[in-house]
Amino acid sequence: MSKANGAAAKPRTIIEKVWDNHVVAEREGAPALLYIDLHLVHEVTSPQAFSGLRERGLKVRRPDLTIGTTDHSIPTYDRSLPILDKIAEAQITQFEKNCREFGIPFYGPHSDKQGIVHIIGPEQGLTQPGMTVVCGDSHTATHGAFGALAFGIGTSQVEHVLAAQCLLQNRSKTYEVRVEGNLRQGVGAKDIILNLISRIGIGGGTGSVFEYSGSAIRSLSMEERMTICNMSIEGGARAGLVAPDDTTYQYVSGRPYAPKGTDWDRAVALWRQLPTDEGAVFDKHIYIDASALEPMITFGTNPGMGIPITAPVPDPSGLSDPLERDSLGKALRYMDLPAGQSLIGHPVNVVFIGSCTNSRISDLRAAAEIFKGRRVNPNVRVMVVPGSQQVKEQAQAEGLDRIFKEAGADWREAGCSMCIAMNGDQLQPGEYSVSTSNRNFEGRQGKGGRTFLASPLTAAATAVTGVVTDVRTLL
Amino acid sequence: MEKFTKFTSRLAPLPIDNIDTDQIIPARFLKTISKAGLGDQLFYDWRYDAAGNPKPDFLLNRPEGRAAHVLLAGDNFGCGSSREHAPWALTQYGFRAVISTSFADIFRGNSLKNSFLPIAVPADAHKALFAAVAANPEAVVTVDLAQQRLTLPDGSAVTFPIDAFAKQCMLEGVDELGYILQQKPAIAAYEAKRVLTVDTRAGGLNQGQF
Repeated sequence: MSKANGAAAKPRTIIEKVWDNHVVAEREGAPALLYIDLHLVHEVTSPQAFSGLRERGLKVRRPDLTIGTTDHSIPTYDRSLPILDKIAEAQITQFEKNCREFGIPFYGPHSDKQGIVHIIGPEQGLTQPGMTVVCGDSHTATHGAFGALAFGIGTSQVEHVLAAQCLLQNRSKTYEVRVEGNLRQGVGAKDIILNLISRIGIGGGTGSVFEYSGSAIRSLSMEERMTICNMSIEGGARAGLVAPDDTTYQYVSGRPYAPKGTDWDRAVALWRQLPTDEGAVFDKHIYIDASALEPMITFGTNPGMGIPITAPVPDPSGLSDPLERDSLGKALRYMDLPAGQSLIGHPVNVVFIGSCTNSRISDLRAAAEIFKGRRVNPNVRVMVVPGSQQVKEQAQAEGLDRIFKEAGADWREAGCSMCIAMNGDQLQPGEYSVSTSNRNFEGRQGKGGRTFLASPLTAAATAVTGVVTDVRTLL
Repeated sequence: MEKFTKFTSRLAPLPIDNIDTDQIIPARFLKTISKAGLGDQLFYDWRYDAAGNPKPDFLLNRPEGRAAHVLLAGDNFGCGSSREHAPWALTQYGFRAVISTSFADIFRGNSLKNSFLPIAVPADAHKALFAAVAANPEAVVTVDLAQQRLTLPDGSAVTFPIDAFAKQCMLEGVDELGYILQQKPAIAAYEAKRVLTVDTRAGGLNQGQF
């Protein structure tokens, strides 16, 4: 608050406001001690943290601010069948044992609330504006769509938060990503974020937190905002957020863990103070004209190697920096792609619709619109993996599962699946996929597999034609 | 955590930009519940052929790679996934430091918590290091964390940045958790004034267990 003499407080960004609200202590010569409001835990990055607690004889300080689920190594086939991968099974069993021992609530494989950790937080109303949210997963920025400061952490920090509900953190730089204008037909949230990353590169946001703003962001649904925030890490930013507004409050209202009654009114009043003040200064800026965007697709081996779908794959010989030239050349050799040609018409073997980027109900509805009355190309294997059991139930209530199955796509149980290819869902060496996930790194979807990242619309269009397709030709 | 002491070592050059943590340790090796054995899986898909045999021409399979405790990599090292298995694998292989022009945020933080030093150097020093090791694979650098100084093979030196607190932890061989737990009174005082909160236990504890 401003001083009694009426001097105006320094205008702050939402990033600074959320930060300031969570500083527990600041000592000379050390990073700030930051309080964490919500800690999401999953089976892959937590086992060594629980072992650490046991070795030190520590308890979980706030199990009531912690929630666990199994998503990364869990199979997406029928949950009544045994897990064939005994190492994955042991990891899941250990996870549940850890949660029980330390009193952490969890959604196990047979829960109707199980799902990808970044899908279920928002879905259950656990993710709320102004919070600090962490998880041992780099896509934790997804929760930033609610105006939360949400970021991925390593296993040592998972242990810190379990033990103390706090982290040592240095302040990040602030980076405004302003997106103005109306998106054209066939262009969506995934195309905005792939466009941003293609411009700034995968290290462009290192050391920063993004605030996504502008009329194009305001007009997006919460699910679309989550798609954008989700891939902040692909631009190097550990977190990215959108200031809360009525769209946010409408989404959160009435969800199981959302505040109720007078608590709700009090919460909204506080949340309304979060948006960036007029005159607040960001360390960096970028402006994107949404009306100029086309559907985006990646051609290479990192998410910054993206192009408008009609554009040619860039030519390494045009680059002057030798290391950059070698890196692009290496990527094209891995992808086995010629430079100078568009990807349109390139055959694919697999289409994957899922992941914490694009597995929410609106993503499945968008894909189903394309599949309706069409058949999957016989040369393509199509996996549709809902982000959570709740998304799955909703899709089935709307009959989307029938549309997918009648088209010839595989309708699966919830999990990370072929985004990270830990659970048996994977590409074979040399295969190409169009994937709605977030990473196209070498081998990410299976050793030797080659990934084109794109939107659910582009993925569905490719599924029915069998080749990389500009969805606008099917609309 | 081990104390980080000054040392001199050969370099293992990997002149590739944007080496992501999926390359450092592929996701399929993350099903482990311990830290054991990750050093053998470091850079697995670059290091072994389809049958799982070491590729004889890959640096880390050669005596020169084995003799180096400093990895020399391209720009933006460690991007992508937050897996701490990446610095675990690098240290288990025998690396104590990695030199690049920049590091991804989460990887850098994870490394410092494992006494593994990410050394960011200016572009000209970075180029000079690649040139030096190309001319002489036995060229050495000296890493002095206390002085934040990297001595190049030609005897010149560059300073590198590091968070002061992380540096102190590494030099003394203590981890951060002890320091955090010392501040329990401040944490409790903060908790006492929190107004909005969720209770994750409200919906029940062990739902849909395996």
